[in-house]
Amino acid sequence: MSVKTGDALAPLRWPHAIRPLRVGRFSVRLEVRAAVLTVVFLLVALAVGVWSLTVGSAGIGLSEVMSAFGGSANPGTSRVVLEWRLPRVVFALLAGAALAIGGAVFQSITRNPLGSPDIIGFSSGAYTGALLVGILATGSTWSISAGALAGGLLTGVAVYLLAFRQGIAAARIVVVGVGLSLFLSAFNTWLLTTMRLEQAISAASWGAGSLADIGWGQTIPVLIGMALCVPVVLWFAADMRMLEMGDDAGRAVGVPAERVRIVLLLMGVLLVALVTAAAGPIAFVALAAPQLAMRLAGTPGVRIVPAAVFGALLLVVSDLIARTVIAPVQLPVGVVTLCLGGAYLVWLLATAGRRAR
Amino acid sequence: MNAPLNTPARLAAHALCTGYGERQIITDLDVRVPDGSFTVIIGPNGCGKSTLLRSLVRLITPTSGAVLLDGADIARTRSKLLAQQIGLLPQASIAPEGITVIDLVSRGRHPHQSALRRWSKHDEQAVQEALARTRLTDLTTRAVDELSGGQRQRVWIAMALAQETPILLLDEPTTYLDISHQIDVLDLCTSLQREGRTLVAVLHDLNQAARYATHLIVLQAGRIVAEGPPAAVVTAELVGQVFGVAARVIPDPETGSPLIIPHAPVFT
Repeated sequence: MSVKTGDALAPLRWPHAIRPLRVGRFSVRLEVRAAVLTVVFLLVALAVGVWSLTVGSAGIGLSEVMSAFGGSANPGTSRVVLEWRLPRVVFALLAGAALAIGGAVFQSITRNPLGSPDIIGFSSGAYTGALLVGILATGSTWSISAGALAGGLLTGVAVYLLAFRQGIAAARIVVVGVGLSLFLSAFNTWLLTTMRLEQAISAASWGAGSLADIGWGQTIPVLIGMALCVPVVLWFAADMRMLEMGDDAGRAVGVPAERVRIVLLLMGVLLVALVTAAAGPIAFVALAAPQLAMRLAGTPGVRIVPAAVFGALLLVVSDLIARTVIAPVQLPVGVVTLCLGGAYLVWLLATAGRRAR
Repeated sequence: MNAPLNTPARLAAHALCTGYGERQIITDLDVRVPDGSFTVIIGPNGCGKSTLLRSLVRLITPTSGAVLLDGADIARTRSKLLAQQIGLLPQASIAPEGITVIDLVSRGRHPHQSALRRWSKHDEQAVQEALARTRLTDLTTRAVDELSGGQRQRVWIAMALAQETPILLLDEPTTYLDISHQIDVLDLCTSLQREGRTLVAVLHDLNQAARYATHLIVLQAGRIVAEGPPAAVVTAELVGQVFGVAARVIPDPETGSPLIIPHAPVFT
């Protein structure tokens, strides 16, 4: 190892997937395939979104949808498109992105492809909160949302505190979370059996995760929450990537590990909580979207933006399926994502098993 | 036998105590890392070698006392600024699945980058140089998980070199490597030191430590029992007292540095 400095250095050879770019004072190492796929996912998600505005019992075509946007449609059509269907589609896109970002953050921090808020107890905790509110209070939509939010956040704090021992180890978050999640699920089952029938039915339908009752009133808070949280996550994305190499390696390149982790976990929990409070726990988007986007884009580790766009695509397609597959009856979107997620998990375990040496 | 106070030392510890929970590992330790030295920390298992090294770069917070860089307590230094001065090769790091050599080595530039400036001309130069020094220039597009153990260790070293820190700490850099790769790594350390960098390493092999170090620190039960140039520090008495091994110490026929030869066992 005795190459002296001053020798002419060979120009760097990059793999095809990475292209360094410099524009003025700005520079970046662009992951080409991830960037291209992000644009493709985004266009497909938007196209599915627009098309799903035409799907439903009212028999509204694409041209009428366009005229509703232009303001020239009759009031009935306008109302169906702009007041009923549009918020639902926008919500599906935003919620899918928020869940995927939450999942990406959890998976990166726990260094575990199963480290999603679903698995580590957040959803069970939110459900517990919603159920308790259903039993103790009136059970209006708003109070259930508030209960879910509180339940989810408390579970997040509990996992963090239980996993904390002179700093927080990645593996411990998953183990503690899975344990807490099982405990809460058992508790939830018991709570359901103690409720009156109609309470139990409305609670269970919330627990399945549905976009059926989504209006602008639920969509705007999610939009605002994302506008606050997503920039923070993006700001810390590079630090997050460094921590994937281990705490020591991350700290060695100047990442304040504990602080970055707390901020990112908080953002991840908030993003998922916002969606869960509005629509109930929507399973598996957070788990599957970052991993699928990572595998398709061939990046070493999860990436925030591709995951977000893929999550939006996943949820908007799932919702379309939920609305159409046994129309006129609507499935809760959570049931669809659960089926897709189950298939994904089997695939993940099968391929991971094959690759293990 | 302390490090002479007249040699300049940017990195030093003062009355350092540290440990995990109740267990005290390092007790009231004063140490100065001479600038431009290749300092090697040796001692029996559990004596606090790694703990001391990790304290020097703030991976462990002292329970009392302080680690000083240029006279300022590193506990209050901003993480990025510290990482621009002190680099670390950790004992174990995780290579993200499928990451290429060049991608990983580039990560060493992180402390020098800002949100919108993630690949400057200088970043590129530093990575080129780090790759050349570790003979990885032809492997840049290979996946790190496909490399041999020796090559992988070179990749992590290249990442630390790309960080371009004047001080570089290495936590057992030769563990798990075969003899040729061990020599490779230690030779690289020496050439870095001769160019003016300060290196601190934890090593297990006493003879390698005695041959390569310019400054030895011998730890026992969290205290420094001897310190100085190997020729002055490594004696049969010290080896017996610290490691409990009866040995002869002779001049290394290659370099003249002390060579430890344990006595032949007597089987009755």
